[in-house]
Amino acid sequence: MSDNALKIPTMAEMAANNEMPEVLFWVGCAGSFDDRYKKVTLAFTKILDQVGIRFAVLGTEESCTGDPARRAGNEFTFQMLALGNIQVLNMYGVKKIVTACPHCFNTLKNEYPALGGHYEVVHHSTFLQGLINEGRLGLQGGGAFKGKKITFHDSCYLGRANDIYEAPRQVLETLDAELVEMKRCKTKGLCCGAGGGQMFKEPEPGRKDVNIERVEEAIATGASTIAVACPFCMVMMSDGVKNKEKEDQIRVYDLAELLIAQQDS
Amino acid sequence: MILIQQILFVLVLGVTAWLVYRRASLIARTIRLGRAEDRTDQPARRMSTMLRVAFGQKKMFDRPVVGLLHFVVYAGFLLINIEVLEIVLDGILGQHRIFAPVLGDFYLVLIGFFEILALGVLLACVLFLVRRWIMKVDRLQAASHREMRGWPELDASVILLLEIVLMMAILTMNAADSALQMRGSAHYPLTGNFLISQALIPLFTGWSEGSLIAFERTAWWLHILGIFGFAVYVTYSKHLHIALAFPNTYFARLIPRGTMQNMPEITSEVQTMLGIATEGSTEPLPVPERFGAKDVQDLSWKNLMDAYSCTECGRCTSACPANLTGKLLSPRKIMMDTRDRLEDVGRNMQQNGGQLVDDGKSLLGDYILDEELLACTSCNACVEECPILINPLDIILQLRRYRVMDEAQAPASWNAMFQNLETNQAPWKFSPADRFNWAADRQQ
Repeated sequence: MSDNALKIPTMAEMAANNEMPEVLFWVGCAGSFDDRYKKVTLAFTKILDQVGIRFAVLGTEESCTGDPARRAGNEFTFQMLALGNIQVLNMYGVKKIVTACPHCFNTLKNEYPALGGHYEVVHHSTFLQGLINEGRLGLQGGGAFKGKKITFHDSCYLGRANDIYEAPRQVLETLDAELVEMKRCKTKGLCCGAGGGQMFKEPEPGRKDVNIERVEEAIATGASTIAVACPFCMVMMSDGVKNKEKEDQIRVYDLAELLIAQQDS
Repeated sequence: MILIQQILFVLVLGVTAWLVYRRASLIARTIRLGRAEDRTDQPARRMSTMLRVAFGQKKMFDRPVVGLLHFVVYAGFLLINIEVLEIVLDGILGQHRIFAPVLGDFYLVLIGFFEILALGVLLACVLFLVRRWIMKVDRLQAASHREMRGWPELDASVILLLEIVLMMAILTMNAADSALQMRGSAHYPLTGNFLISQALIPLFTGWSEGSLIAFERTAWWLHILGIFGFAVYVTYSKHLHIALAFPNTYFARLIPRGTMQNMPEITSEVQTMLGIATEGSTEPLPVPERFGAKDVQDLSWKNLMDAYSCTECGRCTSACPANLTGKLLSPRKIMMDTRDRLEDVGRNMQQNGGQLVDDGKSLLGDYILDEELLACTSCNACVEECPILINPLDIILQLRRYRVMDEAQAPASWNAMFQNLETNQAPWKFSPADRFNWAADRQQ
């Protein structure tokens, strides 16, 4: 690929050229700053490029959606961020947004309309599922995951919050791996422990941490890969695996990363 | 003799009705103390939710064995009430089995059906007690769940025992009735033997007609007084879900569970701060007395109906990640505390001529503690679990809003997060100018 193709277009550049992308990729704070989740951002943009989706990002014009502030009870900070974001999105006339973060997804989709932000918002799991269904994305490469056990950890903000359970599983099915479910999955899935602002504080006193409870369940499936679709789940599950000293046997990956890894094999 | 019984019956019926009415109107008054919230949109969808979830008990079958047992008790309760109608009419009119001549042979079928239900209810209630007392199902144990200690634990057993007594009264009453019929006793017209209770007839061999009549009358009175007592008791008990499950599912939230309600009173203020011109009305909304919820009056009326509807089954708590890992939070306790506070407020109003006099207490602080609120991951597991669509999370988040916005009480790390969000537009301390640096990594 040429250097030019590797460049990520911003909305500002597109608008300057009077262009409009098919979809805005909302990167999110973790996708922008967290070293681990930046890899997910890169994997997802790589897929977008491969299938020839004309996308753009806001770049430095993006701000946190405000989700952690709102869940922690700080409506002022939430609305300051939300109204700022809506101003930017509406200025560019954005119609469709895709994001790899279920918290951003939930806030943009369900909470921005009340503040004047009306967009079609999809989570990257649903977006990838769409590409697979359209035949634009499928099993290529050596099938690195053939016969391997993968378990999917449901993100609360994707699952119970928005009833998305099948899309991530359909994406995983294209890997030709053995998909094994944890005891608590889908509507009964156990939280990783990071939602509702917990990501940004120490847990309250208790017998054990929520992510440890969840990782024990994942280990019990015998899976060598824990698939996630949320930056907070990624941190919590990775920490849990480390805590159990299983980081050599069990890896935590996002859906987009798994698709890319399969191609490279 | 019959006339005295009639007068007595009408008197008891009247007193029961008055007690239930008085209590129900107090509950309705306290629910109305809550904040207004429109839950009347999409009536067709609401009706279908109610029919599926409350009437059809859909969510109860998530746990099939308990679901089936509960369905038996529920169906028994609904249908046996038809027999209660007969009993009430008999009582008022001084008749005996007033439906028997009207329905003919079908009467025997009907009572047979009721008897099957009665036996089913009896067995189910016994199994429920076994689950509580012998199998010690964790979510029902006071030993592991502090909110169940004392009255809630007793309340559950009282209801089950009362139902067992009521069902035994029906069956033995019918058996005694059959025994009297066989002897051709004057006031007991022949209907034929009833399906289940005929097995009990041998119990009465050798009894005199007088003692049989006395027994039948006692069982009749025990049954109907039990039901009247139950009707009054229910309004003071967790068992109120038998009535409130219906409106509670009808008025349940229809929007995606992840959505938190907007606070428009803050929007106009933030818009002014950011210098964003508001469309249409430029009049900012009045600043509310308080942000979020400190006490029951600050919650919405639906939150309060939720509290009265809760039957303390603890499915929410048994699925709560915080509770499962030993944190102080229990979603069931959030609902029970809200109800307890509401009951306090109701008593307060009763004692002060309908006016609420400040008692220096509030839901947050005196009932629910900060540590409980702070343990919530907003994962919606409790909301998903509830068989009658109660939403404990909605209350938790409103209480958090009060603590953080009105009292500025947040953990230090949350305050740091808020500050980062305000200065860097990210929850972590990164410069906003670096937000797009990830794209450079891609070119490496």
